[in-house]
Amino acid sequence: MRVLAAMSGGVDSAVAAARAAEAGHDVTGIHLALSRNPKSYRTGARGCCTIEDANDARRAADVIGIPFYVWDLSDRFHEDVVEDFVSEYAAGRTPNPCLRCNEKIKFAAVLDRAVALGFDAVATGHYAQLRTAADGTIEMHRARDMAKDQSYVLGVLTQEQLAHSLFPLGDTPKPEIRAEAERRGIAVAAKPDSHDICFISDGDTGGWLSEKLGSSEIGVNRSGSIVSTDGETLGTHEGSWRYTIGQRRGLKIGTPAADGQPRYVLDIEPVSGTVTVGPRSALAVAGLSAIRPRWCGAVPDGPLECTVQLRAHGDEHRAVVLVDGDQLSVDLLDPASGIAPGQAVVVYHGSRVVGSATISATRRAA
Amino acid sequence: MSVYLDHAATTPILPEALSAMTDQLGRVGNASSLHGSGRDARRVVEESRETIARALHSRPGEVVFTSGGTESDNLAVKGLYWARRAEDPRRTRILSTPIEHHAVLDPLHWLGTEGAKVELVDVDQVGRLDLDAFRAAVESDPESVALVTVMWANNEVGTVQPVAEVVEIAHAHGIPVHTDAVQALGQLPLDFAESGVDAMTVTGHKIGGPYGVGALVVRRELQPTALLHGGGQERDIRSGTIDPPAIAGFAAACEIAVAHQPELSARLAELRDALVDGVRREVPDAIYNGDPVDRLPGNAHLEFPGCEGDSLLMLLDARGIECSTGSACDAGVPQASHVLLAMGSSEEFARSSLRFSLGHTSTRADVDALVEAIAPVVERARSAGIATRSR
Repeated sequence: MRVLAAMSGGVDSAVAAARAAEAGHDVTGIHLALSRNPKSYRTGARGCCTIEDANDARRAADVIGIPFYVWDLSDRFHEDVVEDFVSEYAAGRTPNPCLRCNEKIKFAAVLDRAVALGFDAVATGHYAQLRTAADGTIEMHRARDMAKDQSYVLGVLTQEQLAHSLFPLGDTPKPEIRAEAERRGIAVAAKPDSHDICFISDGDTGGWLSEKLGSSEIGVNRSGSIVSTDGETLGTHEGSWRYTIGQRRGLKIGTPAADGQPRYVLDIEPVSGTVTVGPRSALAVAGLSAIRPRWCGAVPDGPLECTVQLRAHGDEHRAVVLVDGDQLSVDLLDPASGIAPGQAVVVYHGSRVVGSATISATRRAA
Repeated sequence: MSVYLDHAATTPILPEALSAMTDQLGRVGNASSLHGSGRDARRVVEESRETIARALHSRPGEVVFTSGGTESDNLAVKGLYWARRAEDPRRTRILSTPIEHHAVLDPLHWLGTEGAKVELVDVDQVGRLDLDAFRAAVESDPESVALVTVMWANNEVGTVQPVAEVVEIAHAHGIPVHTDAVQALGQLPLDFAESGVDAMTVTGHKIGGPYGVGALVVRRELQPTALLHGGGQERDIRSGTIDPPAIAGFAAACEIAVAHQPELSARLAELRDALVDGVRREVPDAIYNGDPVDRLPGNAHLEFPGCEGDSLLMLLDARGIECSTGSACDAGVPQASHVLLAMGSSEEFARSSLRFSLGHTSTRADVDALVEAIAPVVERARSAGIATRSR
């Protein structure tokens, strides 16, 4: 096969490219330039977006012995991921930009372009496993290394996208990948794992959003009240985007709760700027609704007994999912806590990903 | 063997330059030392200087060796600006064009942050300086102009600039003129004395010489302020231990490039026309950018509507055909060409172009290979173009 290996400059995608090449595929490496104004050097542990990362990816491609190019997708990334991220926060939701990037960039813009250019598949360093079922369906399963499993952020991929995807790392624990990179002479073996949001270089999401939204015309209140569930005003804040449901730290409320227990963000109402806080028990969620479903294969027919995951690296919850057109209704058999609209619910059957949807509302436990 | 159509980026070394260089590599001797070995090294350097001066029609003392085009451009732009302003503090303006190489534009931009008033005079649709606008810019306040810098021929679209007219207009007011002639050397007749320019950038690796060596040819009356301070080896304008092997290789290449220039230019122009005709026969909507006549003989700059230049480059590369998107590369991140934007192109069109550049090793077979490959490559890139286009 002709394979396009997306190389971030990190160790995982480099080993993925090396494995694809070693498997006999005709591999070409690409680095995605996603930032409009790339910084020269990495700050912290982010896996992409600087010129140093592009150079690391190029060096890895040299070592593997494959051609290498940089594709500029900064405009598409900005439109589809960054702007969406900002407007989701403005609407009081908590988006996951990695899912969005996989859905719109890596396995859409890049994959479409790759197929048009004559490639058969795109290989990435994601930790997930693909298996072909008896009927020819491509199934996506959790990675063998559950600590690194990334099937959650890939839950948006459709059968068509999976048919053109390769995840060469899914069967291997991460420490072995590092050792393999070392053995292969890939210099980035010691590079730290990337985490957080790649386009917020200092990791300060609240500050970054303040810059984007502080002077915005989107109708977001710069400041507002922090209120209790009884409607009592406990304090003020400078931008509801600084909060996410389930957040405990940084509330800066002067008066302690009557019972002395810590308080958590329960609800965010971006238009009035009201942030509601309350006890941990009020975060418990018994069910949720979700929209914009994306199915990896067949659409579930009737109530599906399954497990769901509600955030990256979050727990599995037993659940019953009912699909009604573009709506999902999820009853949680194991209660969840601190679930924010905007996050994705990814539906699993055993280790297999069934599909995903965006959480639109939650139902509090009685 | 690859089909190498990127001579404007760098050109294969000439055997004569290689042997001139390797002859020196094993020898000891600092050209500034006073003993026999030093004198031997110095002799190689001075003979090379004389060879280059002869080839470029300058005096040997006017040839200042540097590390290449970028250093020569920086030395000319910054050094002449500083020196001229030191003579007369009213001289704060620098006139140039928006299509200069980054080795000129970036120093200009930096000087702008240090108080210089940089004016980039418009070019027309083929990338040629608007002389009326240039004259008006000079004559609006000639006393305030420290320097004019206009390239001899553009590295991306190949358009030759009206340097003689620029010199005439600037010299009428005693303003010195620098020109970046990196692409012109070996492809166009270049006569430093006759051109009247006051400073001229040339470099080794674009003419079949080694990397890392070039020169600023600068009139003896001018003393640009040094960028590198130290031993003052090169006329006190440039410090750093002199590199006899590189300079010997550069001189050998320069001599041959200039001697063969008329014949090479004729041959390249013919090949280039065959390339352009062939590509446009296969891809009828391809657009030929730059001045169709007054251009570098080895340059063919073509726009392929609906295609991303980097898709085209990758598909051709996979077939062993090597060219360039002709745009500035920041660690391989393609940017829309500032040259095409200055010529009035939209950002989208500016990203749809390829530069094919021919040189001393180019053959008809290279051109034929490209013409044979181009139609399917363009078709494929066009279908891929839709996938990543911004909405």
